[in-house]
Amino acid sequence: MQMKRVVITGMGAVSPFGRGIDTLMEALLEGKSGVTKVPALAEIVGMRTRVAALVPGIEPKEIPRKFRRSMSAMSVFATLAAHDAAAQGGLTEGHFGGGRLGVSIGSTVGSPQTTQEFFTDFSTDNSLERMKSTVFFHIMNHSCAANVAHTMGITGRILAPAAACSTSCLAVGYASEMIAAGKQDFMLCGGADEFHALTAGTFDIMNAASVRYNDTPGATPRPFDRDRDGVVCAEGSGILLLESLDSALSRGAGILAEIVGFASTSDPASIANPDAGCIALCMRLALADARIGPSGIDYVNAHATATELGDIAESEAIASVFGDRVPVSSLKGHMGHAMAASGTLEMAASIEMMRRGVLIPTHNLETIDPRCESILHVQQPLHRRIDTFIKNNFALGGVNSSIILRRFEQ
Amino acid sequence: MTDQEIIELIDRSIASEFELDRDAMKPESTLFDELGLDSLDIVDLVIVLESAFKFKIREEEAIRGIRTLGDIHAFVIKKKREMETQG
Repeated sequence: MQMKRVVITGMGAVSPFGRGIDTLMEALLEGKSGVTKVPALAEIVGMRTRVAALVPGIEPKEIPRKFRRSMSAMSVFATLAAHDAAAQGGLTEGHFGGGRLGVSIGSTVGSPQTTQEFFTDFSTDNSLERMKSTVFFHIMNHSCAANVAHTMGITGRILAPAAACSTSCLAVGYASEMIAAGKQDFMLCGGADEFHALTAGTFDIMNAASVRYNDTPGATPRPFDRDRDGVVCAEGSGILLLESLDSALSRGAGILAEIVGFASTSDPASIANPDAGCIALCMRLALADARIGPSGIDYVNAHATATELGDIAESEAIASVFGDRVPVSSLKGHMGHAMAASGTLEMAASIEMMRRGVLIPTHNLETIDPRCESILHVQQPLHRRIDTFIKNNFALGGVNSSIILRRFEQ
Repeated sequence: MTDQEIIELIDRSIASEFELDRDAMKPESTLFDELGLDSLDIVDLVIVLESAFKFKIREEEAIRGIRTLGDIHAFVIKKKREMETQG
């Protein structure tokens, strides 16, 4: 079967810097941090991390109540980002209802906030009598995908992959394969997550959350840095509009990048700890899918969350595949780890880096951990032409993902 | 509570829950066509009223006959008066 080429024609972001790709890029290029103190975390017994990167300044009431009532914060983020991606892509009413535009958007879990509110109330007297009709629509695993589809009147396929930090990379990869196979012409895809103490606490109890920079939030997380101390949780959504090249060319859409390779591997060695060999395998399979060798990659946008195990394993894996030739940076130093949203937020920013000819350095990387020295770190803005890059994401649960994007050429 | 106080609490609670414009809420307003509510909203409407007036009405047969905001006013006023009579 002849596979179709797949391109990106629209992008939307709701990030710890606010709404919009330009807002995100401006903050990243200026070296800003989206991490702030969150006083409410101090009220939780056993919580040592007190920082997070939260979404500021969006207006949920842009979404009509009829649609918003079934949304928690993560679906609001996804819907606003999807709206912006569709607008940039120039989609019109006619595209939404024909069954050829689908949605592939996932989150780590359904809304933890609504789940907490429900069980807090339920446990007071074991009663369902106060349960609102829309609770389920907040907490179902496909909440973001379904809410985006309903709000926008989309009638194509619905896919809601869930693999924590790999979620949105998988969402894009699987959507790309659907379009390549001719099953859909367009897919709005990515991920979203809302901040909740459960997420921060999950990393904290595993000694993988940042706890030493509670009074200097802008100084953490510190990917690859000798003085890093763990993840800073974030929230938001990154949504990409994928489209077959045939479709994009036929309607004269602006093409931002082409997806040329994708791979995902399971890491059965540990459900929690990353394995350099398995990460390297994932990147090699993505290269094979793209039919290029390591020399065909100009930049690696790392997963690098600032955990000791993760940063070292990814450094070793990148070094084993690419040596010390290819520049590497992580964007989590700027905006923390937005979990299911991190892949597409960082993918969108990397596409913009390619379009603008500048590589953004890893924020807070001051002294490279000697165990991460085997790769070429970007520590200052690097102005150069980028034609092809690889984006990594690795998840608790042992789910690796790598995707390769290229500057579009006919 | 006087009838007017009951009506005010109903209208305030419904306007808040469903983000309605109070000026558009007339006793003759139909819940579905004019106030824009739907079947999911009606589930929540019952919870809103139960919370505001501290009674249980989900199983009341009379709810099924409610069509307008004025029907809600009349239903709640009748229910409250019954509760007062029963002490």
